[in-house]
Amino acid sequence: MATIEQLAIFQITIPLIVAPLVFLLKNGNRAWFLTLVTSVAMMWVASQLLVHVLSVGEFVTQIGGWAAPWGIEYRVDTVNAFVLLIVSAMSSIVLMFARQSVNQEIESNKRSLFYTSWLLCLTGLLGVTITGDAFNVFVFLEISSLSSYVLIAMGRDRRALTSSFQYLVMGTIGATFILIGIGFLFIATGTLNMADISERLSDTSQTRTVRTAFAFIIVGIGLKLAMFPLHLWLPNAYAYAPSVASAFLAATATKVALYMLLRFIYTVFGFEFSFDLPLSETLVILSSAAILVGSVVAIFQDNLKRLLAYSSVAQIGYMLLGVSLATQAGLSAALLHVFNHAVIKGGLFLVLGCFVFRFGTASLKLLSGKGTQMPWTFAAFIAGGLSLIGVPLTTGFVSKWQLVTAALDIGWWPVALVVLAGSILAIVYVWRAVEVLYFRPVSDDSQIVKEAPLELLLPTWLLIGANIYFGINTELSIGVADVAAHWLMTGTR
Amino acid sequence: MDILSHYNYWVAIFLMMTGFYVVIASGNLVKKLIGLNVFQASVFILYISAGVVDKGVPPILKEGASILYSNPLPHVLILTAIVVGVGTTALGLALAVRIKEAYGSVEEDDIHAQEED
Repeated sequence: MATIEQLAIFQITIPLIVAPLVFLLKNGNRAWFLTLVTSVAMMWVASQLLVHVLSVGEFVTQIGGWAAPWGIEYRVDTVNAFVLLIVSAMSSIVLMFARQSVNQEIESNKRSLFYTSWLLCLTGLLGVTITGDAFNVFVFLEISSLSSYVLIAMGRDRRALTSSFQYLVMGTIGATFILIGIGFLFIATGTLNMADISERLSDTSQTRTVRTAFAFIIVGIGLKLAMFPLHLWLPNAYAYAPSVASAFLAATATKVALYMLLRFIYTVFGFEFSFDLPLSETLVILSSAAILVGSVVAIFQDNLKRLLAYSSVAQIGYMLLGVSLATQAGLSAALLHVFNHAVIKGGLFLVLGCFVFRFGTASLKLLSGKGTQMPWTFAAFIAGGLSLIGVPLTTGFVSKWQLVTAALDIGWWPVALVVLAGSILAIVYVWRAVEVLYFRPVSDDSQIVKEAPLELLLPTWLLIGANIYFGINTELSIGVADVAAHWLMTGTR
Repeated sequence: MDILSHYNYWVAIFLMMTGFYVVIASGNLVKKLIGLNVFQASVFILYISAGVVDKGVPPILKEGASILYSNPLPHVLILTAIVVGVGTTALGLALAVRIKEAYGSVEEDDIHAQEED
């Protein structure tokens, strides 16, 4: 039996080693199966890590036995174990869905390449999350970014290419900003190990070098996170990527970026340093703008995938709003929404995957009146939409409730109003989609389709069901988010 | 502290701004990638400058002799970053080729014009 330290290393090494094997398989279905098995195994590993961290406490793995600060160490605590589990679980569920969808949307000779990129992306995302070394973050970030550009470019529409290119340019600028920031940190402290940096920063933190480093890192992560107004790459990238890639990236990539933001704010720079700077004010303005602008723009979208993408911009706003409160309750709400939004958006993008599978399009104009032909898929869309709005008994409600209570705790009632306004706007865009899908006359009656196959419906309903389950039984999700937030704030359990 | 004594940082800043400007201002996808490369190269210079030790020599240790050598860690880091940069450029150029095949142009204006039809 592997020790817990070895398990932490497996989290990275196994998907990295399996990725080229998947490429060698050539056959799409076999490649899919191996990818799915790997991803599920990673989910199991992540759950073991989370259980260990919750019961025993954080631990450190030194790669190759080189002691920090020279060697690279993987540091697992409640926060990143939680994120690791989200990422690997979402990857596994979306992969269950992937086989038929990929067989339809991607040419047969490119399928194994698609799964190879998927595993590399998973490696990168897990790596960013688990590592305790600042430069290592950059390397894993680029692994995940480069492979996600490939995943997006595989979309059928030729606009997938231009949106992938746009994402590549903006993503590289973001990553280079992070690199500059890490460089300044290295200049200021002479070390790259996060724990070591934060220790040494206590003497030198009030220098211009460190403040510059902070600014570069926050802006760089903001680009990766699609923080308003740095979100311009996101809508196109999610709209034209293959359906499963949209679902995977929407549910994981921005969540990992948010984790990275928290890690730098709380662990590396420290709470006092970060919030002495006008971080709270900046974030509260930008995230309120994200919620309002993202939701308003979502109302006017014709492509359902774009609609969900703009709604993602708004939802990222909710997470940042939680961070901007600078309280433990706010942080806990942000972490909770990381989980809840992964479930909501993953589920909704899978619903769109079902529509695309049957109708070959996510355009509202072409789907007009056709919701009735796929009742189960349509019902899933409604359930997911309700959660996006934040109706009670869904996860969306739980997140917003936590967020609003946290804001009112410190008397920030305008924040509560912004959340309320965002929810009303969400009603508008969800209702508009429902109205077109269900009540409008069918635009062309040439195409009568069957319900999506069970292989697609099951994972979709798994996520939509999780939406309702975690909306009613909040003990687990809020519990872990609270422990994680407490850990970030105080560094103790 | 003489302002010229840190001329390598000035070079880095100059390249950074040049590259950044080219990425933003140029409508040609290949030129954008070139700008991106210049931008990344400036960061490499920034890192390597940070590793310099006054009168330091390359870190090759000889038996019995104690030498003053430059910090080799930034060099190693930048090797990694260069590899990442090469990968990004390769992928970007590959996308540019595919875009050229799909749209018949690598000019952003032409591509947007085709999208609006």
